[in-house]
Amino acid sequence: MTDDPTSVVTVSLTIDGQAVEVPEGTSIHQACESAGIDTPTLCWAENLTPVNVCRVCVVEVEGQRALVPSCARPAEEGMVVETDSERVKHSRKMVLEFLGSGVDLDQAPELQKWMDHYGSDTSRYDQYELPALRMGEAPKIQDNLYIRDYDRCVLCYKCVEACGDDAQHTYAIAVSGRGFDARISTEFDVTLPDSACVYCGNCIGVCPTGAIQFKTEYDLRQADDWRPEDQDVTRTVCSYCGVGCNLELHTQDDKIVKVTSPADHSVTSGMLCIKGRFGWQYVQPVDTPTRKA
Amino acid sequence: MADLYISEETADDIETAAVDAALDGRFVVVRESERLIRAGTSARHGHRHLLLPALHALQNAKGWISPGGLNYVCETLQVPPAEAYGVATFYDLFRVEEPAQAGDVTHVCVDAACQIAGAAERIAELKAQGVNVHESPCLGQCERANHVTGEVAVFVQGVGGPDSVAADDTPYELFHQKGDESLRLLKRIGVVDPTSLYSYRAHGGYESLTAAIEMGPEAVCTAVADSGLSGRGGAAFPTGIKWRAVAAEQGRPKHVVANCDESEPGTFKDRVVMENDPFAVIEALTVAGFATGAENGWIYIRGEYPLATARLQNAIDQALEAGLLGDDAAGSGHRFHIEIRRGAGAYICGEETALFASLEGFRGEPRSKPPFPTTHGLFQEPTAINNPETLLNVLDIVQIGADGYRSRGTERSPGTKLLCLSGRVAKPGVYEVEFGTTLGEVLELAGGLTGSGELNAVLMGGAAGSFVDRSYLDMPITLEDARERGTTLGSGVVMAFTDEIDLVDVLVRISQFFRDESCGQCVPCRVGCVRQNETMVVLQEKGSLTSERRQLVDDIAQVMVDASICGFGHTATNAINSAIKLGLVPGVPS
Ligand SMILES: Cc1cc2nc3c(=O)[nH]c(=O)nc-3n(C[C@H](O)[C@H](O)[C@H](O)COP(=O)(O)O)c2cc1C
Ligand code: SF4
Ligand code: SF4
Ligand code: SF4
Ligand code: FES
Ligand code: FES
Repeated sequence: MTDDPTSVVTVSLTIDGQAVEVPEGTSIHQACESAGIDTPTLCWAENLTPVNVCRVCVVEVEGQRALVPSCARPAEEGMVVETDSERVKHSRKMVLEFLGSGVDLDQAPELQKWMDHYGSDTSRYDQYELPALRMGEAPKIQDNLYIRDYDRCVLCYKCVEACGDDAQHTYAIAVSGRGFDARISTEFDVTLPDSACVYCGNCIGVCPTGAIQFKTEYDLRQADDWRPEDQDVTRTVCSYCGVGCNLELHTQDDKIVKVTSPADHSVTSGMLCIKGRFGWQYVQPVDTPTRKA
Repeated sequence: MADLYISEETADDIETAAVDAALDGRFVVVRESERLIRAGTSARHGHRHLLLPALHALQNAKGWISPGGLNYVCETLQVPPAEAYGVATFYDLFRVEEPAQAGDVTHVCVDAACQIAGAAERIAELKAQGVNVHESPCLGQCERANHVTGEVAVFVQGVGGPDSVAADDTPYELFHQKGDESLRLLKRIGVVDPTSLYSYRAHGGYESLTAAIEMGPEAVCTAVADSGLSGRGGAAFPTGIKWRAVAAEQGRPKHVVANCDESEPGTFKDRVVMENDPFAVIEALTVAGFATGAENGWIYIRGEYPLATARLQNAIDQALEAGLLGDDAAGSGHRFHIEIRRGAGAYICGEETALFASLEGFRGEPRSKPPFPTTHGLFQEPTAINNPETLLNVLDIVQIGADGYRSRGTERSPGTKLLCLSGRVAKPGVYEVEFGTTLGEVLELAGGLTGSGELNAVLMGGAAGSFVDRSYLDMPITLEDARERGTTLGSGVVMAFTDEIDLVDVLVRISQFFRDESCGQCVPCRVGCVRQNETMVVLQEKGSLTSERRQLVDDIAQVMVDASICGFGHTATNAINSAIKLGLVPGVPS
């Protein structure tokens, strides 16, 4: 280390034969990005603490017996990383295949792209002798703001993190159960209006598969009228208080269908509160949920 | 009220009293004016390790954890209800719905040793008698399984009263080496009175702690390192390296943990020691605390071991009273206390980082390594965690020195090893053997085979271990020979199967075990265990596998070994794949 506080310590590593230099503390995943190598991720997000549970981002690091999650492992000096070896390709293919064999990934186009890339074939598990076990649960529709369809849930923990330590500190939802029976749940699976939920919608914002989505989006999809290609996104600043959260209003046929915030925004990091997320009734009225007295 | 949202259901008097007794005054004081916002998180975490004992109290009081009961615990400990529910539903011994049948729950083991002794028939009998039966993974009493009498392992979970296991009112009679002069680790089993410090001392107890204090911490660590002792919990990591790493950590609270979760199917050695020589475990943990400079000793014991728990607690109480634990433990000038924590039915909590999470009051989900426990263990503080058998070895090492210790065993596997003999052997039980004894000799020690039929396979190291066939009878029991021949000693399981047993049924059960016990955190293991189990069920039904299914077996194994987070996923396909590779599974090409 030099005494100059502005100097950045860097580490040099090799990724797929290419020499790469990145600031110390950079994850292997980010190092790959900087080298122009695209890596699939699922449970990782720039605004959340890495939980490294999905394992779709694994890479091979020379000298390590098992593959390592690139999203969480910092790049180290002299590391030799392979992102396209047979073992890496096999693991990524299988992880995606496993997910696709158990949950509905129809609304996760990014994952589908990677499944095609790695040749994942979910039909292998549905052989005639015994159909593969699936989550198989009906959507939970408990209010007019958002729905939870855990048949689409890949258990990436993102909603739990957003509701808990990483943003909202409300802890309305957590992982319950164990193994394949693990589910995102409130205590005793009580409805959202009966739970601690404050309807910030941050869980919606981070969910990668549409398992949690705006009721407006859900209804349009049910009516087969969800048309992303016809939607406009208007960036604006929330008018409720003086914090200055940026909003992205998604409109279809001139109606707001959902509200997001940019993950890289300096104020919100993608997180909002109930007002910015759902407080557009004065534009188009919707029913609000009520908690049991 | 503080920041947490808690619903209106309230606990009744029985629940409140049970929780209060379990917490014994140790809880977060919540004042109306105190707003536990972000800064409150640390206060919450500070007491969160009491969550598991509180949940046990609720479960025991009513036979289930009611919404009102959970609310009371959450308010007292300041844990969000959704998280507490997530913790409660992680464990087999906790129920979150009022049970249809009130009263005690009889857990009957269905894992391999009991399966081949007739667990299914026993369960049917008990159910016909109206007993509230719950099928359980291995209960750590595999030596009780007997295919002639049909006895299998049972654990009774009490409601409003204590839990119990078979041994409660009978002396332990399944130890066949009693009085053998060559014993090191088991020399007091069946000889000492396990409830009396006086008796323990009369049989050489606490001489090791005295010797350790005379040597000083550094010399103890050196002796342990020089002895070549490696961990007996399954991973065989050198104990001396671990202890020195913790000893070198300064400035933060440190911990030593005895990993008494013993849930690997086929394993019961730790239970036998804890039930019959509990003071030895306490003394050995005290030596570990002294050597590493840790003031906090913890025993994390599986919930299905009520007798061992009671004996250990009694030993702690007596040691404390005698000044062998406490602020100046045995006059060493070193402060050392031990606290026992009960697990609640989750094999994964034996994995060290999952154990920490469980003890801290979180779901028993393993954490990524690095960082390792020696720097970021329990409560993210430096921790030496060891299997009780590993710890017992240290009692001898400090007395006879590293050279004396190495006088037995082999160069690379010094000392002796506890083996858990079960399955179709005449005298199942725990045996202490010198490293280097062959597998064939070990089976002879246990009286050879029983029942009709020839030896077909031996399961080494438990469900996470691997099968071997008759060609391994000449294999010396050492770490190096096991590794060289592609198998493992793991936790010391040696379970014998004759050719009259259908191995496919056993493989189905093993795959079901992993399916049930996966923590579910990572995709390769959460889904892989289910797909592996489906494949075994198909095999059982059809008698063979299509080539597509056969390919799946290999594909699943590879991703689980390569990409799972922890040792569970890394080993969950071993037993099945080893059986297939050895050609022990008819209908499946190796
Ligand atoms: C799934 C799993 C279960 C485990 N269960 C146990 C156990 O019940 N007891 C134990 O001592 N070690 C168990 N281990 C090993 C521990 O993680 C750890 O390595 C051990 O407690 C260290 O002690 P040792 O060095 O004395 O063996 C388990 C590991 C895994 C991956
Ligand atoms: S809307 Fe906000 S408070 Fe409610 S569950 Fe989602 S993240 Fe938690
Ligand atoms: S609901 Fe969405 S964000 Fe939450 S765990 Fe499931 S997939 Fe991830
Ligand atoms: S390998 Fe299995 S047990 Fe280990 S963290 Fe992953 S899901 Fe949990
Ligand atoms: S994105 Fe890296 S483990 Fe999920
Ligand atoms: S107690 Fe039944 S297999 Fe261990």
